[in-house]
Amino acid sequence: MKRLLQLAASALALSATPTLAQDVVIANARLVIGDGSAPLDGGVVIVDDGRVVFAGKPAPGERYETDVVIDADGAWVTPGIFATLTSLGLADVSAVSESNDIRAGGSPFSAALDAASAINPVSQHILVHRASGITRAATTTLPAGSIFAGQGAIIDLDGDSQPVMQARAFQMINLGEGGGRLAGGSRVAAYALLKASLREAQALDGKPGIPGTTEIVKDDEVLLSRFDAEALVPVVTGRQKLYVAVERAADIRAVLALKNDYPKLDLVLVGVTEGWLVADEIAAAGVPVIANGLLDLPDTFEQLGATQSNAGRMARAGVKVALNAATMQDPRRLQQVAGNLVALTRVPGATGMDWGKAFAAISSVPAEISGMGGKAGVLKAGALGDVVLWDGDPLEVGSVPTRVFIGGVEQNLESHQSRLRDRYRDLDESELPKAYDW
Amino acid sequence: MGAFATLASALALGACATTGTADDTASTKSDAKEFAPKTEAEGVFPSTYSPYPGTATALKGATVFDGKGGKIENGVVFMSGGKIVAVGGPETPIPADIAVFDGTGKFVTPGIIDIHSHLGDYPSPGVDAHSDGNEATSPTTPEVWAEHSVWPQDPGFARALANGGITALQILPGSANLMGGRSVTLKNVPGRTTQQMKFPGAPYGFKMACGENPKRVYGGRGRMPSTRMGNLAVNRDTWLDAIDYANDKKAKRDLGKETLVGVLEGDILVHNHCYRADEMALVMDMAKEMGYKVTAFHHAVEAYKIGDLLRENDVCSAIWADWYGFKMESYDGILENAAFLQREGACVVIHSDDSNDIQRLNQEARKAQKAGLRLGIDISDATAIQWITYNAAKAMGIEEMTGSLEPGKMADVVLWNGDPLSVYSRPEKVWIDGALMYDALDPKRRPVSDFELGQPGEGDVK
Repeated sequence: MKRLLQLAASALALSATPTLAQDVVIANARLVIGDGSAPLDGGVVIVDDGRVVFAGKPAPGERYETDVVIDADGAWVTPGIFATLTSLGLADVSAVSESNDIRAGGSPFSAALDAASAINPVSQHILVHRASGITRAATTTLPAGSIFAGQGAIIDLDGDSQPVMQARAFQMINLGEGGGRLAGGSRVAAYALLKASLREAQALDGKPGIPGTTEIVKDDEVLLSRFDAEALVPVVTGRQKLYVAVERAADIRAVLALKNDYPKLDLVLVGVTEGWLVADEIAAAGVPVIANGLLDLPDTFEQLGATQSNAGRMARAGVKVALNAATMQDPRRLQQVAGNLVALTRVPGATGMDWGKAFAAISSVPAEISGMGGKAGVLKAGALGDVVLWDGDPLEVGSVPTRVFIGGVEQNLESHQSRLRDRYRDLDESELPKAYDW
Repeated sequence: MGAFATLASALALGACATTGTADDTASTKSDAKEFAPKTEAEGVFPSTYSPYPGTATALKGATVFDGKGGKIENGVVFMSGGKIVAVGGPETPIPADIAVFDGTGKFVTPGIIDIHSHLGDYPSPGVDAHSDGNEATSPTTPEVWAEHSVWPQDPGFARALANGGITALQILPGSANLMGGRSVTLKNVPGRTTQQMKFPGAPYGFKMACGENPKRVYGGRGRMPSTRMGNLAVNRDTWLDAIDYANDKKAKRDLGKETLVGVLEGDILVHNHCYRADEMALVMDMAKEMGYKVTAFHHAVEAYKIGDLLRENDVCSAIWADWYGFKMESYDGILENAAFLQREGACVVIHSDDSNDIQRLNQEARKAQKAGLRLGIDISDATAIQWITYNAAKAMGIEEMTGSLEPGKMADVVLWNGDPLSVYSRPEKVWIDGALMYDALDPKRRPVSDFELGQPGEGDVK
């Protein structure tokens, strides 16, 4: 039953547990829009039919009909975190190979691999990360048999039967040290393979199903099958984004130069440890970056210039920078990484991000890069109703969501982990073994 | 002409040396010099560390966490001669002629200590040529010493100092082997040699490993152990051999068994990589059977299931805050691990096992603390700091020297620019034995390893 709500924070009390998208009004929030602006107090978010219809300071006397009213009582309220790049839904336990669909080095296919075909919407990793405030994610296979990782998907984390929002959203390749190894031993070989592959794809443009294209083979190994070449047609024609994993400054320049030969490529740079050394060039090319946030060690010879100030320096130069979940222990550390970038603003000589920009780097910016601009990672009219209430500053370590809405539907925050937590709140086995405590 | 002369003199020296030994060669063996290596008790690979110069310094007005669960508002920490001289409230007397830093709005902790690191043994860059942490050629290699793999030019040491306030750390062999070898405890002070970093007076540790890694590495080669029962059997046989060795006064020296006997005698502390609760319980029984003590289980993601048992056996758990699910034996990892151990009165240490996480042990401690607070488990900020200072020192056997701010202890001190349990705070200054080794306000007061010189980002803030 709809109630007529006067948008004044004091009048709010009732709440309910919806099973379908309901109208929800969250009032009295320390509200984060997610677009890079600073948090504002006394904010209101209105979700109707799964979409945000209003977020901000209510005009005096404004009224709205709603099913559910939540008084945030000053708590932080944000858009859902948008995690990129992840492998959420593609593995149960990464070291248990049979449960792991992230790499397929034994497959003859590479570019044609389609992550969307194997997403498990109720993977424990999805449940755990949902409870950490991540509501949408880019998820991808990783390169193993070739420089081509395959095609990543944009997913939601609501656990329903339809996790895939956009299949084949991007192709990913590695053109750094890793790509060189995969291509047969050198970066030079990786570029030759890339260019040969794109030429094959250009030749196939507009000719689906016509046989006769030469396979690229090495010994008895197929480096690019006909099926893979077809999968690259959307890349070479600019209809599908091409994510390029690259770290070294010189390699970044080489990737940007690909646009000279393939002007339609829709490039996104991933990793980009030495991006700060060529930040102006990246900015001038208008290519967005999914950057490693805190890596500051020369782990490889392509990361000699690693510094935590990388993301901040690139952003300052005008590069669109999202923080990369792929280099963390797990993507739920995105908040911590963003918080650390705020910490850098207080370290002399370092470059970080202010709070609003840091939060945007894990919400609206990755959503925009993922083709979800204005729909995810932001609380604005028309956006998906992904709203998270927190028990503290969401960029502070240890803060967790108290309630999570995805597409206007409140989510269950339980998982294998929460059930273990509940069982082991005590070690009392005086009546029965722990196995009966569930 | 000059070159010829040099060559001639070298030849002459050689000839002279040959002539000089002619009589010795002819002598009988019984007259020969007796060769004898130094024993460990006589000092081998000794530490050559000595503190760098420092000035008498007082930090005034900061919030002080003493490392042993104490907290002082508006505190004073006074260090001189490389030692802590006084710690107390605002009335604490300090001499007039010393350097004083205003710590208002800032925090002071003991130097942060990481009980589980592979810096130097798996350094950056992580190329194959640097892969020196696992002597994975036999399931038991008690004869290897981690210090013989440490590359002191690993840039990771400097990152741990500047971003993590790390002043001491234990470098362990990896977990490929059931018995991986000796660990070494280092002062986080750059050295040209590893001996220059070696923590004077720190006991050795001994790395052991349960579970998946040893059985995978050796089972995969068709040799024992390939199962968990194989793990235990190989361990027990190895201990039996060590006990025989210890009881045989005429036994020929054996480096591996010397280490094992050091464990049996309690001089070397066992640090056992072990994830599952059931396996930790088995290892504690094995230790009782063989007569040694496990000092700490490392990783211990299921320690929360047996907090009572760990407390009764006086075994610490050195754990992550949030790692889980990357391998089968980590599947039951939960954020509440530390908090549940604390609830049982068991010993908690937060560790890194990672060249990135070692830079943020303070943040990891906060995550673990918050997980407990959410359930109503009372864990003070000072206790969370104790997890990464005094408790680590205790499990490394160096708690009499460092790990807390107490008069007479090493002046290993971090001045933080805010609450050390906040993501927004960083070390502003780090002293080791009273010497200022890092200063965020002085670009030259930060270590740059040989490897970084002349390379992109040399001396950058990192």
